[in-house]
Amino acid sequence: MNPKRKQRLMLALLGTFGIAAAVLLVLFALGQNMNFFYSPSDIARGEAPLDRQIRAGGMVKEGSVSRNADSLKVSFVVTDYAEEVPVEFEGILPDLFREGDGVVAVGRLSESGTIVASEILAKHDETYMPPEITDALERAGQDSGGY
Amino acid sequence: MWQTLVRWFHKWTSPKWFYTLSKPLSFWLGWAATLLLVTALVWGLMFAPIERLQGNSYRIIFLHVPAAFLSQAIYAAIAVMGLIGLVWRIKLSFYAAKQCIPVGISMAVLALATGAIWGKPTWGTWWEWDARLTSMLVLLLLYLGLWALHNAMERPESGDRAAAILALVGVVNLPIIKFSVEWWNTLHQPATLKITEPPPMHPMMLTPLLLSILGFFLATAAWVLIRTRLEILERERKANWAREELNQMGKVE
Repeated sequence: MNPKRKQRLMLALLGTFGIAAAVLLVLFALGQNMNFFYSPSDIARGEAPLDRQIRAGGMVKEGSVSRNADSLKVSFVVTDYAEEVPVEFEGILPDLFREGDGVVAVGRLSESGTIVASEILAKHDETYMPPEITDALERAGQDSGGY
Repeated sequence: MWQTLVRWFHKWTSPKWFYTLSKPLSFWLGWAATLLLVTALVWGLMFAPIERLQGNSYRIIFLHVPAAFLSQAIYAAIAVMGLIGLVWRIKLSFYAAKQCIPVGISMAVLALATGAIWGKPTWGTWWEWDARLTSMLVLLLLYLGLWALHNAMERPESGDRAAAILALVGVVNLPIIKFSVEWWNTLHQPATLKITEPPPMHPMMLTPLLLSILGFFLATAAWVLIRTRLEILERERKANWAREELNQMGKVE
């Protein structure tokens, strides 16, 4: 390669990687601010602010959902299998809201440590399986979660 | 052997050669893409089984994932061609890079639109500012910036260089899009298709998805070749061969 081309190549590559490193450093410095939601462990450590709207995300704890018979009030517990946060909500839940599946609650954290949610979003995982397969695996007594 | 290969490669960098040789190539790529896409979409939309939690709404994946994949692949191609253009001063590399931009914009818009349509019934929202969604929006804005730079410059050569530099600056966004779902908490789920492990997806869903990605890939290649040919005619219109070609097409200046 002739020296001039070599110089241009080095300049372009250095520039590209230099800017990339700078941007990535800024993103990692932002830390928690880049996260879409606080996990129950974050909230237990006191990282979530009390006075403004936050999002809390994790799994809906099995058996924790309780619905009010004559209103749309519902309460459940969000867990990351280390810590737990109780959530209260009044409204319509998304179709994919299920016990044992991912959820993000948008609302305020009260003094007592409960999230009073104004909106519930459902998360779904990266697994795509037809219903028969899941049923068959469950009948065979296997864990269908990972497959 | 090596010498022949180098000479063959050099031929491809000549606009005239490219113009002639790419014609049959784009024709066959286009037909192969059509065949693949029809197969993949009919299979995916009509014959693939429903999903255990999402029912039918997951089927938009057969458009969403290929569009998202291609929007990032095209950006990487633009950056590489920009680098080649900047370092080796190969005009054709700049021409092709420029004509990749509109194709990339289409793919990014399609990925964002199908993502929003998918998000409403599953997540319960059209749009949230999570890291994956935001970095994909940044990709679209980068594409629009590249196109704007080309159009803002009086001399097309200045546009080529400015856009190549912006393309290289924006390369950092590609790993951010890819790893956003691993580095941070996001609403978007992690990747299903990974090189390192078998995807957690039923083969009757996975096969049409892979066919669709391949179809999108070939369609993009054909589309870029056709657009690059037009760019060559426009930029080389003072060359004799290009003028003859334009004459034949009935587009005399």
